[in-house]
Amino acid sequence: MEQSKIEIKLLKDEKSEDDGIDSESRKKGSDPKSGDQPDGQGEEKFILRIKNLVKSYGERLVLNGISLDLRPADVLVLVGPSGCGKSTLLRCLNGLEPINSGDIELDGELITTGDIKWTEIRQKIGMVFQSYELFPHLTVIENILLGPRKVQGRKKEDVLPEANSWLERVGLLDRADAYPRQLSGGQKQRVAIVRALTMQPKIMLFDEVTASLDPEMVREVLDVILELATQGLTMLIVTHEMAFARAVADQVIFLDKGVIVEASPPEKFFNNPDSDRARKFLNVFEFNEIHKVQSL
Amino acid sequence: MDIDFILKVLPFYGAATWVTLTLAFYGVLFSLIVGTICAVINFYKIPVLRRIVYAYVEMGRNTPLMIQLFFLYFALPRLGIMIDGKHCAIIGLTFLGGAYMSEAIRSGLSAVGRIQVETGMSLGFGKLKLLRYIIMPQAVAVALPVIAATTIFLMKETSVVSIVAMQDLVYLAKDLLKEGHSAESNFLLVVSYLIIILPVSLVFSYLERRSRFAGFGS
Repeated sequence: MEQSKIEIKLLKDEKSEDDGIDSESRKKGSDPKSGDQPDGQGEEKFILRIKNLVKSYGERLVLNGISLDLRPADVLVLVGPSGCGKSTLLRCLNGLEPINSGDIELDGELITTGDIKWTEIRQKIGMVFQSYELFPHLTVIENILLGPRKVQGRKKEDVLPEANSWLERVGLLDRADAYPRQLSGGQKQRVAIVRALTMQPKIMLFDEVTASLDPEMVREVLDVILELATQGLTMLIVTHEMAFARAVADQVIFLDKGVIVEASPPEKFFNNPDSDRARKFLNVFEFNEIHKVQSL
Repeated sequence: MDIDFILKVLPFYGAATWVTLTLAFYGVLFSLIVGTICAVINFYKIPVLRRIVYAYVEMGRNTPLMIQLFFLYFALPRLGIMIDGKHCAIIGLTFLGGAYMSEAIRSGLSAVGRIQVETGMSLGFGKLKLLRYIIMPQAVAVALPVIAATTIFLMKETSVVSIVAMQDLVYLAKDLLKEGHSAESNFLLVVSYLIIILPVSLVFSYLERRSRFAGFGS
């Protein structure tokens, strides 16, 4: 029952004007969005629009004209070789890195010009980092409640049921009073995800959230994200886990040297990518069988 | 030892201990405030102010308290600024202690990782809230041993305030020495300082142990 309550909350969050998208089509699988056309159902709504984003560190161009659109419930996965600008892109979106030029529109609001109130914008963007950083001086539940209470000014008794139901869903309700150092990496990362979710963001950004985890803990974290995808959360995910990318993505964006080389639905991207560069990149994750010389 | 003498002067030691304690209390309190402000200016790299803080810290740490007090008590009146002994003592202790506390808290702040800051920012925390709820609690836990050492150092530094006519423990002991009884006077002096400082020391070791077990700083 807790589960359905949260779901309703998520749906409610989207302003009611987008009646074009009913709750049915949010369920992944029932209606794959890939190839979806606007087909004139009133005005199309975007959670995030990036237009021609350019970012450089001094001389070095890191992002060279990135454009992306995310509709509600879209799950975009960014892949690409290291140093291609994936993480920088996420960091630009919530203002951790200043950009050189381009427009970013969040929930219909331009956030790249004028008086930018980052503290307000960031509340709409949930970000989870590679290095699962919880606040070490606070317990799990305090970590989760801190933002909603101190930033959003919500009452503890209002947030607590929500926080607890998220914790239950990621299987950590019994660790609510533990301190971060008493948790494993995978557990910490799941708490970090819950902490971001409890702020009720419009979109979640995941920056290689399993890259520093021990292999056996990767699954528990990815499962949480997969479940969020089925709940209709809008997400932008940077990952090196190709099998996961394939499972979770509506669209895979392949980034190389600061430009989008390819954007395809996962089936196409992983089976038959258009670009040579993507093919080369994917080859890295495959191994040919080797034949050992039988000894002497 | 002359017990009668000790009993006779004990009330004076009580009063002088109170003077020393009061000065130490305000000195440490204001040092913590000044030190925190300076450390935060440093942490957020606020232009201009940062340079002033740098100059102040170097000046505070590299001049003896006695010289600072001389300046406040004897030089400033020449410039038309009169400050009485008590306020001179507190300002002097704060000037000295603020510089040391600034360094103590700065060391704690620099131990808080950049990702902690970014995590807080990405949750929508503004600079002050970030400091108050996320950074400072961790920084203070890390800096606690240095803060403790600085506090005790400052309490001991109060022993020079008699030069600005404060009737503290040292002033009293010097007075009594003139009448002989040097063993008793010095004995009472040592005991009085121990009575003031030892409890503070113990409280800090308790806090240090607690903060370590609470899971931060580990």
